[in-house]
Amino acid sequence: MNRTISYIKTFALWELLLGLSVTLRNFFRKSVTLEYPEEKTPQSHRFRGLHALRRYPNGEERCIACKLCEAVCPALAITIESDIGEDGTRRTTRYDIDLFKCIYCGFCEEACPVDAIVETRIHEYHMETPGENIMTKDKLLAVGDKFDAMISADKAADAKYR
Amino acid sequence: MIQFFTETWNSLPPLVQYLTVTTWKILIVTIGVILIVAFSTYFERKVIGSMQARIGPNRVGPMGLLQPFADVIKLLVKEVIVPSQSSKFLFVIAPLLSLTPALATWAVIPLNDWYVIADINAGLLYVLALTSVGVYGVILAGWATNSKYALLGAMRSAAQIVAYEIAMGFALVGVLMAGGSLNLGDIVEAQAGGFSNWFLLPLLPLFVVYWVSGVAETNRAPFDVAEGESEIVAGFHVEYSGVAFAVFFLAEYANMVLISTLTAIFFLGGWASPFEGWTFLNDIPWLAWLAAGGLHWLFLKMCFFMYTFFWLRATFPRYRYDQIMRLGWKVFIPVTIVWIAVEGAMAWFQVGPWAGLNG
Repeated sequence: MNRTISYIKTFALWELLLGLSVTLRNFFRKSVTLEYPEEKTPQSHRFRGLHALRRYPNGEERCIACKLCEAVCPALAITIESDIGEDGTRRTTRYDIDLFKCIYCGFCEEACPVDAIVETRIHEYHMETPGENIMTKDKLLAVGDKFDAMISADKAADAKYR
Repeated sequence: MIQFFTETWNSLPPLVQYLTVTTWKILIVTIGVILIVAFSTYFERKVIGSMQARIGPNRVGPMGLLQPFADVIKLLVKEVIVPSQSSKFLFVIAPLLSLTPALATWAVIPLNDWYVIADINAGLLYVLALTSVGVYGVILAGWATNSKYALLGAMRSAAQIVAYEIAMGFALVGVLMAGGSLNLGDIVEAQAGGFSNWFLLPLLPLFVVYWVSGVAETNRAPFDVAEGESEIVAGFHVEYSGVAFAVFFLAEYANMVLISTLTAIFFLGGWASPFEGWTFLNDIPWLAWLAAGGLHWLFLKMCFFMYTFFWLRATFPRYRYDQIMRLGWKVFIPVTIVWIAVEGAMAWFQVGPWAGLNG
């Protein structure tokens, strides 16, 4: 009996029709594609993208050259040199992040006692010539200045979980 | 002005008049087919995209409608690389050999009750002959390339086409028994009178066999072992690039359009309307086209079968090679022979839907 049913099913192309019905149902489903440059996925305020160095509201650099970030960096992407600044405080003379080495783990941000180095939500950046992958201190500060509002808002949103 | 043209036209010898009219008919059909082919590549990507919950091409022109032209321009400006060890003449001529039969078959296909380029009585034989000739392009391409992958692909493809050709021919025997003619126009006429008079239901097994064989003939998924990426790269056209590849591509899709149209003509009444005789449709002005037969019905049926091509491709994984051969020789051929016998017996005893047929 089972044999007969199996024969009938074979010649009625039963299994094939089942498969076709699956694709047909999907044909009428709405597509899930996100048209990237025009549409973007929602982003967490903890998103770890391009780095930035922050300043205090009075314009003073936050970074005190403690080198904790350099020590914690698992990819050895950060290079820091420090000296005594004009106002007698310890300041970095060099603060380089190699974006090719960086794994965007966010440990530098966690390690920083003064919230100087942060990772912004910016992830749409590119390099065109060799050497552009090194984020120098000037470039990091410029990013920090430009996106200060975004960074502050993200920090404030995350503050209650810390 | 009009009088001038009419007089010039009437002063031409009949042979020249005939040649001019036929050339224009051929041009219209060929350009139409090529346009349909161009947009069927777009249609394919959209349909398969939808089935995979994607969007498909949507960047070139409104809704991506100009995508085929972008593809064609891209292929045209690319270099045609001829392998140094290949047989150059055959290498270049092989794409043409596979495209020509696909386009030449359109000569006998009736697009509506009067538009057919060559209204010959052996139309069905002509169709069978030309669809078989298409395999030469594939074999020559594979052989002339002088590459192992291309040769393997060509051999697979040739064996598959030859195997399914037989089942296809037997399925058409059933059609010509029911239609009582080898002329495609007469076969369509025999199915006139609405949905119930189509050969689809009385010849259902033959329809399935013919359609699946058609998919196998055109080397489309799930029978595309000839170009199985995982095994033999791209099969017989592995070394083709630029325009030569574009011609192969065109030939493949022209064959698909052809098989779709032929299936519509043989089993779904060609240009005949499924609602023929529903007189109340004529009373509603914007529905009158539903009851009238014509090119639009052939086009709709062809589109349905093209959709099914893509539907099958999106659904089924590739057949194993020995399974393809088993299906062709041990399932389809017996099924067609049995159904021809059933049909003959029914026609002899004047029972069932064949009672009124000419069998």
